[in-house]
Amino acid sequence: MVAPKKNGLQTVWFQNPPVIISTASVAGSREGEGPLGKTFDKIVYDTYYGENTWEKAEKQMMMDAMKKALQKANLQKEDVDFMLAGDLLNQIISAGFSARSMSIPFLGLYGACSTMYEGLALGAMLIDGGFAERVLIATSSHYNTAERQYRFPTELGLQRPMTAQWTVTGAGAALLAREGSGPVITHATIGKVMDMGIGDAQDMGSAMAPAAADTITCHLQDTGRKPDYYDLIITGDLGVFGKKLAEQLVRQNGYEIRDRFADCGVLIYNGSQDVHAGGSGCGCSAVVTCGYLMEQLRTGMYKRFIGIGTGVLLSPCSVQQGETIPGIGHAVVIEMRQGG
Amino acid sequence: MEYFWAFVIGGAICVIGQLLMDLTSYKFSPAHVLVTFVSAGAIISAFGLYQPLVNLAGAGATVPLSGFGHLLAQGTISGVKQNGLLGAFSGGVTAAAVGITAAVVFGYLAALTFRPRS
Amino acid sequence: MSDSMVISEKQKREYAEIVNQIKPKPRVWCNIFRAFIVGGLICLLGQFILSFFQNRGLNVNEAAAATSATLVFLAAFLTGVGVYDEVSRFGGAGGIVPITGFANSMVSSALEYRAEGLVFGVGSRLFTIAGPVLVWGIVTAWAVGIFYYFFT
Repeated sequence: MVAPKKNGLQTVWFQNPPVIISTASVAGSREGEGPLGKTFDKIVYDTYYGENTWEKAEKQMMMDAMKKALQKANLQKEDVDFMLAGDLLNQIISAGFSARSMSIPFLGLYGACSTMYEGLALGAMLIDGGFAERVLIATSSHYNTAERQYRFPTELGLQRPMTAQWTVTGAGAALLAREGSGPVITHATIGKVMDMGIGDAQDMGSAMAPAAADTITCHLQDTGRKPDYYDLIITGDLGVFGKKLAEQLVRQNGYEIRDRFADCGVLIYNGSQDVHAGGSGCGCSAVVTCGYLMEQLRTGMYKRFIGIGTGVLLSPCSVQQGETIPGIGHAVVIEMRQGG
Repeated sequence: MEYFWAFVIGGAICVIGQLLMDLTSYKFSPAHVLVTFVSAGAIISAFGLYQPLVNLAGAGATVPLSGFGHLLAQGTISGVKQNGLLGAFSGGVTAAAVGITAAVVFGYLAALTFRPRS
Repeated sequence: MSDSMVISEKQKREYAEIVNQIKPKPRVWCNIFRAFIVGGLICLLGQFILSFFQNRGLNVNEAAAATSATLVFLAAFLTGVGVYDEVSRFGGAGGIVPITGFANSMVSSALEYRAEGLVFGVGSRLFTIAGPVLVWGIVTAWAVGIFYYFFT
């Protein structure tokens, strides 16, 4: 028995494609100074955001993004059926604590840096499945909270290798609805966890690239589409080197995506910002998708793109115990329809 | 002349640390570098090979963490000379007491005084 | 390993080769140069402080201890104001290996965990990196003493 809305091995398609009726993005100062700075709704210059800890600041940014998304759609939180959110901190506290303040029925997600796309895929399923009229999706990350949890204190003097990435400080929120105007989600391809034996936590791009390449290939096979069906194929946070790797791996699978391939982590900073391989974190794909990519759809730059949220499913514990790093990638197809 | 050697020897010891970080596996973190230097300093000192370096370079040999290992090892050895076996337990930390206490006290005070920035 | 059922060791090796082609190599010569300059300068500063204390009448060991304490104080202060991490970011091991790097490792983690309180935050985090250093240093020195006791 094959599920009626499933296509091929890993792809689902939506009978009545859910609409992204509004999105909002809140970003930190480094992101604001980057090339995409203008596409974010709000730039927060103080890393503490007026709070006494960075964790509270991150939660506040996530709240801001969600409130802004509701405000743009002229809706109240009571109008939302479910909130799907996640972040990078232990036990996803940014999401849990935001949900405490929002009091919308809440499902917590953890997909590391792929969480935004995991949320978009699940939110679209809830709506097309008839379980919800509107779903609010949010993710966040914060450079300082992530650094101290996953790596070292920020004041510890360290040299970062060229493959290291910079965790984006930012939060993105998207409001999905059964009907309304805006871009629609037509397909989602759920990724498999893949581990090609990369163990260096300072080289997450190499750990994630195989999973991203696998999801892209699988999506194209499941749908029978060619890469040029999309105006843009964009991964979440592979960084400069991970992007090259993914491109090469997809080529080995028989698809050439070079001319339309981008990565949120590469786009968000410019080369002079000392971020080495690029941005990472839940906030990376979230602010780029909710800010920059939505604007590109609105202005007609792109008609249709496939975004692949990428994540590494490691923990400081697994790294110290010498485990290799499993990666994952979830793809979502977003398109602007005529008169939409 | 002692300033010249302090600079050159101190710099050279740090270069060894840099090579350890760059040329070994990613698993060899800065914490591993520090631990290696302390232990290596103590062992080299035990063979009497570190003291000549201190005589030549002064702070160039005592300021790197290998100098801390040297201090601990020499403290233990003179403890053993004075108090026998018990000295092996007391000598090292006694010799390093100033450094350890300074690090703990100043570290504690700094943590109370400052707020981390990014 | 159960992982190997999905992806073979051969596939992993092949992938590691592709990664090595694309991944940049560390700029070893540049790093060596910077480590030498920064580490050398810190030791040179130490030598000035050492000479200062010796001229004030302290003996060699006392002067060396006072120098360590002074450098630790400076490093703790510079870490607090957010400067020391830049020193090590530039100088690599040149900033990590001197005793100032040891102080930086203590202060940086204690500072950042201030929000978790004075006991489990500052109190325990002071020793995140300093703890292993003290453990290894003390155990090695103790072994040296035991060896010395029995074999000389």
